[in-house]
Amino acid sequence: MGLLTPDPGLLFWMVVVFGIVFFLLAKFGFPVIIKMVDDRKAYIDNSLKAAREANEQLANVKIEGEKILAQAHEEQARILKSATETRDRIIREAQEKARLEGDRLMEEMKKQIETEKESAIRDIRRQVALLSVGIAEKVMRTKLADEKEQTELISRLVDEMVESSK
Amino acid sequence: MKKVRYIWTLVLLMVFTSGFASAETSNEGGEVDVNELVFGHINDAYSWHILSIGDTHITIPLPVIVKSSTGWHVFSSEKLEDGEYEGLYIAEGGTYDGKIVERNSSGEEVRPWDMSITKNVVGLIINSTILVWIVLGCARWYKKHPVENGAPRGGVGMVESMVLMIYNDVIKEGIGPGYERYAPYLLTAFFFILVNNLMGLIPIFPGGANVTGNIAITLVLALLTFFFTNAFATKEYWKDIFWPDVPVWLKAPIPMMPVIEFFGLFTKPFALMIRLFANIMAGHAAILSLLSIIFITVKIGPLLNGTMTFVSVAFGIFMTALELLVAFIQAYVFTMLSAVFIGLSKVKEKEEN
Repeated sequence: MGLLTPDPGLLFWMVVVFGIVFFLLAKFGFPVIIKMVDDRKAYIDNSLKAAREANEQLANVKIEGEKILAQAHEEQARILKSATETRDRIIREAQEKARLEGDRLMEEMKKQIETEKESAIRDIRRQVALLSVGIAEKVMRTKLADEKEQTELISRLVDEMVESSK
Repeated sequence: MKKVRYIWTLVLLMVFTSGFASAETSNEGGEVDVNELVFGHINDAYSWHILSIGDTHITIPLPVIVKSSTGWHVFSSEKLEDGEYEGLYIAEGGTYDGKIVERNSSGEEVRPWDMSITKNVVGLIINSTILVWIVLGCARWYKKHPVENGAPRGGVGMVESMVLMIYNDVIKEGIGPGYERYAPYLLTAFFFILVNNLMGLIPIFPGGANVTGNIAITLVLALLTFFFTNAFATKEYWKDIFWPDVPVWLKAPIPMMPVIEFFGLFTKPFALMIRLFANIMAGHAAILSLLSIIFITVKIGPLLNGTMTFVSVAFGIFMTALELLVAFIQAYVFTMLSAVFIGLSKVKEKEEN
C-alpha cells in the first residue's frame, strides 16, 4: 500500500467522522456564530443610528431652546412695553379723571358756596328785617308813648302805604 | 542573566539528548532505520506507539475490525504483535505492506474488508471531538451572552475572528452572491483541516497522528468540494465546459477544448487533494528526518554528533515553526480554492456586447 493509495477503512471512517462533524458544526456551530455576529453588527448599526438621531435631536432641542428663549425675551419686552403703556395710560386717565372730578367738585363747591352765600344773605336779610322790626318796635314803643304821636304816625304810614300802592 | 540561563538549558538539553541517543543505539546495537522511523510515522498503524525505552514499548492497542473470508473479526491489535491471529496477520513487504492480510486458497495474500480503528481514525476522532468542542463551545457562549454585552474576548473572540475572516474574506469574496449555502461546508473544512494539521504537530499522544497527511482524508475533502462545486452549478458553467467560447475548429469535429475542460473538472479537486496531503506529509517527514540526524551521527563520534544535534534541534525548531505556518496556510488555501471553484461554477450568462 503506497502513500498515494487511499485505504478503504480510513476512507470509511473519514466519511463517517467528517459527516458527523459537518452535521454538528453546520447545524449548531457556525450558523449560530455568524448569526450572532450579524445580530451584533445590526445592533451596533442601530445604536450608532440612534446615537446620531439623539445628537441631532439634542442639537434641535438646543436650537428650539434658544428659539423659545428668544421668543420669551421678545414677549417680555413686549409685555414690559405694554405694561409701561398701560401704566402711563392709566396714570394719564387717572389724572384726567382726577382733574375732572376736581373740577366737578370745585364746581359743586362753588355752587354750594353760592347757595350757602345766598341763604346766608337771605338769613342775614331776615335777621336784619327782624332786627329792624325789633328796633323799629322798640323805637316805636318809645316814640309811641303818647297817643298823638301814635295817630300821627299811623296816618303817615297809611299815607305812605296809600302812596306806595298807587 | 535570563538569556544566559536559557542558553545553558538548551546546551544541557542537547548534551543530554545526544547521550540518551547514543545509549539507545548502543543498547539496540544496530543502525537506526530512518526509513522505517519516518514512514512508520507517516503511514497509518494498527496501534498507537507512544515511546520506547530500551526494549519496552509503550503502545496503545486499538481495535481491529476486519471482515475476512471467515467472517467478522473484532479484536485488539495487541494480538497481532506475535504474528498470525485468527488467520490474519500484518503483511511485511509486498503490495499490502503493513496492512492486515489473509491467505486465500491458492496461498496468495489478499486484503479482507478492513474497518479497523487505526491510529489515524483515533486521531481523527480525537481531533474532531476537539473541533466540535471548540466550535460548539463558542456557539454556547453566544447563547449565554446577549448581543448587547458586546463582542467576546479571549478564546471565543479568537475563534470568532477566524470564522469571520474565512466567512468574509474567503467565502463571500470567493463565491460571490449565493454564498450562504456553501458557508457551513467551507467553514467546517477550514477548521477541520486546521485542527488536524495543528494536532499533527504535537509530538505526543493526543496529537501526532498524521491525519491530514493521509490521502484518504484529503480525498474525502476533495470529493466534497467536487460535489459542492458541480451539484449546484449554473447552466452557463456546463455550457462553458462542453461548448466553450472558442473557435469552432477547436471543439468540432474533434472536441479538443471540451475534453480539456472536462478534465479540468477533475484536476481541480485532485490538485486540492494532493496539495494538502503532500504538504502535511512532507512537513512531518522533514521534521522527523531532521531529528533522525541525531541518531544517525551517533556512530561517527561524540564531537560531530554534538554539533549535528545542535544543528538538528535548531532546524527542527525552525521546521516546526514553519509547519505551524503551513498548517494554517494549507487550511486557508484549501478553503480559498474550494470557494473559488464554487464561485466559478456560479458563473452567470455573459451579457452580449
